[in-house]
Amino acid sequence: MAGSTLEIKNLHVSIEDKEILKGVNLTIKGGEFHAVMGPNGTGKSTLASAIMGHPKYEVTEGSILLDGEDVLEMEVDERARAGLFLAMQYPSEISGVTTSDFLRSSINARRAEGDEIPLMKFIKEMDEALDYLEIDKNMAQRYLNEGFSGGEKKRNEILQLMLLKPEIAILDEIDSGLDIDALKVVSKGINKLRDENFGCLIITHYQRLLNYITPDVVHVMMQGRVVKSGGPELAQRLEAEGYDWIKEELGIEDETVEQNA
Amino acid sequence: MTVDTKLPYDQSYIEQFSTERNEPAWMKDLRIQALEKADTLEMPKPDKTNISKWNFGQFKHTAAGETISSLTDLPTEIQDFFDKDNLPENLLIQRNQSVAYATVSKDLKDKGVIFTDIFTALKEHEELVKRYYMKDAVSIDEHRLTALHAALMNGGIFVYVPKNVQIEVPLQVVFWQEDPEASLFNHVLVVADENSSLTYVENYISNNETEETVANIVTEVIAQNNAQISFGAVDNFAAGTTSYVNRRGVAYRDATIDWALGQMNDGNTVFENITHLVGDNSTSNAKAVTVGRGKQNTNMTAKIVHFGKNSEGYILQHGVMKDSASNVFNGIGKIEHGASKSNAEQESRVLMLSEKARGDANPILLIDEDDVTAGHAASVGRVDPLQLYYLMSRGITQQEAERLVIHGFLAPVVNQLPIDSVKAQLTQMIERKVN
Repeated sequence: MAGSTLEIKNLHVSIEDKEILKGVNLTIKGGEFHAVMGPNGTGKSTLASAIMGHPKYEVTEGSILLDGEDVLEMEVDERARAGLFLAMQYPSEISGVTTSDFLRSSINARRAEGDEIPLMKFIKEMDEALDYLEIDKNMAQRYLNEGFSGGEKKRNEILQLMLLKPEIAILDEIDSGLDIDALKVVSKGINKLRDENFGCLIITHYQRLLNYITPDVVHVMMQGRVVKSGGPELAQRLEAEGYDWIKEELGIEDETVEQNA
Repeated sequence: MTVDTKLPYDQSYIEQFSTERNEPAWMKDLRIQALEKADTLEMPKPDKTNISKWNFGQFKHTAAGETISSLTDLPTEIQDFFDKDNLPENLLIQRNQSVAYATVSKDLKDKGVIFTDIFTALKEHEELVKRYYMKDAVSIDEHRLTALHAALMNGGIFVYVPKNVQIEVPLQVVFWQEDPEASLFNHVLVVADENSSLTYVENYISNNETEETVANIVTEVIAQNNAQISFGAVDNFAAGTTSYVNRRGVAYRDATIDWALGQMNDGNTVFENITHLVGDNSTSNAKAVTVGRGKQNTNMTAKIVHFGKNSEGYILQHGVMKDSASNVFNGIGKIEHGASKSNAEQESRVLMLSEKARGDANPILLIDEDDVTAGHAASVGRVDPLQLYYLMSRGITQQEAERLVIHGFLAPVVNQLPIDSVKAQLTQMIERKVN
């Protein structure tokens, strides 16, 4: 298998002294698409934020390795340059910084000084990606996420994903708030990246995204842990039957992380 | 009396100064009267900043500057204000208190546009200057500093655009304080007559890191009925200069005055920008940004007073403070009785980059009319850690992420400056000050 490997081992994460993740184990390899599903409040987004290094989340135990390198020792920007990418559920608005300038800075951040992407090449790549994602070209000159609709923000995250070409991407509820047409476009963008070098962790609580992006592995999170893993058929069963059968099977009454609080 | 600043110059000195410049009698009288008033008037009291220990008394009043034959004779820091491949058609460089270089396009001359230094204007356009000089905008007796300004005025510019003349190409002025001890009592008077329009951009620059001196600047901008004025400025006095910068606009019926002001001084500064919307349907956008560093103290007031019906005033002030710099923003929207259907909006924000930096934003709305709209927003805070996280999650270093956020925060004014080279220059200054 080519590409990178992201290994999450026994990950415990707290926010403001409250433990949210209680021992997550997951391994994602280049070429694999993993879906993490689960009801609200089970720790899915916390997992995404902890991998990227969100300032509010504290890892109290366990490890995250990217090709054997300790991700937890890296600053947020170092994680990105090492090959990680997080499409955020709530991206920040940055007033006064155009989307285009931000994209160029991000691309150049991964290149050596003196080897910046030539302007024309950048514009060509950006225009192609904008067209592919059916985004109005004016967006490139608008301030980053400022005044963007929910759908525009999601498309902008995928635009960044397409241009930055990370080794491993984590998509945090990229489908929330999207209508069916937007969902198809966003999925098209993600599928375009699919190759043996690209690994992806898709966090969602709806199966519908997985109708457009077929996962290789599906994980279910409850109570801050991965409680069940399976193939794409697992997602379909969840769609048909909901989560109750898993709870029954595992003897879980309250699936959220609140239960021990 | 709050301050006991002895006047450094007396009446006979002022008389002689005026005589040497062959000024008209009214100007000499105005100076002498102002000097008398300066003796009794109090210092201004900017809200929440104590200026009683600031140096407004120690300076050298006069300093001449040599003329230059070509712009390439200038130091690079001054040349950077121009686009070298496309030199400005309308440019005046004041070196200390003399004109070092001046050029005006034939087109503007033919249309009757006046763009010259204040002393030449007093000789060649005496009546026009007399009509406007410290009459409708700034009064001599507002406080001691306006009076001292009138008494000691030693440089400046006069711009007059006749009726129905539209100027597309910007007028650009550089005030270069080459002599580190020289004071600058600079008077800029810009008059746009009815149905005219112009864009004016000025830069102040000095290099006196240790030598102490004073800049006392009064700028009067008059927009007659239906005139449009776009006024851009970047102030960059070095740490040794204590500055009082007063830019005042008066807009008559259907007139617009838009300000884009970059306050990049390194010394203590009182900065005020007041616009009187006298006529119905008059408008002003007053935008200013500042960056403070070291132990610098700045007090910036933006005020728009609505007299005319249906007048629109929008104030935006953004400041970045680092080290132990301190800045107070006062934003004042005042709607007078009778100014119905007017709208007064304001936004003041301070971003602090260090523990010791201080910022204050005081929004004030004074409204004497019922049928109006008004709003204000103010904030003082640090760089949002979630913004940094977002930018860094794309591989951008923390330093670069902070730089992007800061430039973005100051962009409303930087982007509005109408000359690209001045825009680039301001961006560079911001870069120098924040890093």
